[in-house]
Amino acid sequence: MNKIFEVPLYPYKRNPDQDALTPARHKVVVIGAGPIGLGAAIEMAQQGIEVVIVDDNDKVSFGSRAICFAKRPLEILDRLGCGHVMAEKGVEWDVGKVFFDDRQVYEFNLQPESGHEFPAFINLQQYYFEEYLVNRVHELQAAGAPIEIRGRNKVSAIGTHPTHVVLELDTPEGSYNLEADWLIACDGANSPTRSMLGLDFVGRVFEDNFLIADVIMEADFPTERWFWFDPPFNRGQSALLHKQPDNVWRIDLQLGWDIDKEREKRPENVVPRLKAMLGEEVKFDLEWVSIYTFQCRRMEDFRHGRVLFAGDAAHQVSPFGARGANSGLQDTDNLGWKLGMVINDLAPDSLLDSYNSERIHGADENILNSTRSTDFITPKSDMSRLLRDAVLDLSEHFDFARPLVNSGRLSVPCTYDGSELNSADALNGPSRTRPGSPCPDVRLEDGYLLPKLGGKFTLLTIDAEAPEMVEEDGITVTRLALSTGNDPTSPLKQRYLGDATSAVYLIRPDQHVAARRPGFDENMFRAAIRRATGKE
Amino acid sequence: MSNLNLTPNIDCPDDFYAELLAIHDGLSGEASSALNARLVLVLANHIGDRAVLSDALKAATLK
Repeated sequence: MNKIFEVPLYPYKRNPDQDALTPARHKVVVIGAGPIGLGAAIEMAQQGIEVVIVDDNDKVSFGSRAICFAKRPLEILDRLGCGHVMAEKGVEWDVGKVFFDDRQVYEFNLQPESGHEFPAFINLQQYYFEEYLVNRVHELQAAGAPIEIRGRNKVSAIGTHPTHVVLELDTPEGSYNLEADWLIACDGANSPTRSMLGLDFVGRVFEDNFLIADVIMEADFPTERWFWFDPPFNRGQSALLHKQPDNVWRIDLQLGWDIDKEREKRPENVVPRLKAMLGEEVKFDLEWVSIYTFQCRRMEDFRHGRVLFAGDAAHQVSPFGARGANSGLQDTDNLGWKLGMVINDLAPDSLLDSYNSERIHGADENILNSTRSTDFITPKSDMSRLLRDAVLDLSEHFDFARPLVNSGRLSVPCTYDGSELNSADALNGPSRTRPGSPCPDVRLEDGYLLPKLGGKFTLLTIDAEAPEMVEEDGITVTRLALSTGNDPTSPLKQRYLGDATSAVYLIRPDQHVAARRPGFDENMFRAAIRRATGKE
Repeated sequence: MSNLNLTPNIDCPDDFYAELLAIHDGLSGEASSALNARLVLVLANHIGDRAVLSDALKAATLK
């Protein structure tokens, strides 16, 4: 068993708040030291905003859990100071094979577009992911950043007020109270915060069970995603094989609804299933086994006054498509700069309502995609199964049927179409960079585009003139001047100009496009900055 | 309304109908259903036009 599960990474230590006569007040408290809570806290600390993370545990995730991380979250993590360490440890993959019954029906290559710093996907155990984030917290602390993790501090009561939130925390040495100007709840799908505040969590329950196992083996399977529909070793069900670092393989086996979970988890029942799949001769060790069911649902609102919900606490999807942790990091990416501006009096409180509307838009897209994948993988009626099997049979023979095969639509960032922060599109440019879109990366002569955008408002000019700096009501926007150098095949031109010959983009701190025009127009861009910060 | 054609459009309709029946000869109910499902998908792909397909789906429900 991997020792990383057992070592407390942020052991309980008595903190001064426990001895305070009146509850200490913090700027931001984050509940939950999982991937999303850690991401949220690092985001705040990097802005210089004081933040305390509380968690009822003191260790990283037990078992691999979320393993598939997409390009956009890696780009976000890069800004948080740990994208490269994740990408280097992670297993990169781009070939997927689809099997039906006893045969391969086709294979696909994600063939990631060139000119991006980060790969389309990596596989990395959640415990590594959390460990690297905790390391980053410690690195920030060592550099004097106002960030702290309190292990074995379990929130037992929450009181909400117009100006702050009061928390009661239970520790091994008794309970204490503290106050927070803002609370970010990242305490997972079963969010105790949500329950304590009596908030809804509505959606669809899928009546199915999946056995997931981490297996350590020296196998010569290639680094590919293998997905089986109705294989001989798991009749009527599905299976997935995926490689993680350290020769750990992730196996997901669909079991159906009517099973005895405790019985199915026992090694004497798990091992024969795995042998049937991998072959009798393959030697392996079981590292971790779990059985999960899932639901597709979300809270009606992600913002409740001074309490903001992010990640699985706010929305839950099926695992198909890796849209859980990946979308959670997009939540905190969206929330961080807005909360920072509200705390620093640079934007009205109402800017946080756009966190609610934009991320609900994202959650609905993820729920729609993951529900459709689930309906394809686990057909709910005879006709649904018949059509599904027809698609798979056809896909073996004809290309046309392959786009209909749905073993998970892999996570891509959503475009905030219709967001109140967007200004009307005034450029005859590519659709992929319309207002609301996440900026696609581009390789430049001296590095990549996204790190140059960083986490601030940027005026990106391409073959266009503009001032080096625009200040509008406390918001400073700095220019990044680029040129396509008359190269019509340049990715910069393809991704940001299209048929236009020049462009000026206003880019938000989360690297989404707020506005774009062929040239700089001072009044228009000042209005766009106000709009993007909730002032219009 | 899209330009879904709901007027007679098949040359020698009796020949087509016989051919359609013939591919089901000797098949079990389940195999026939699977064949029909594949046929629907092949034809749908040929049409491609999403508006026409949506109208065809509606027309087939007879509502």
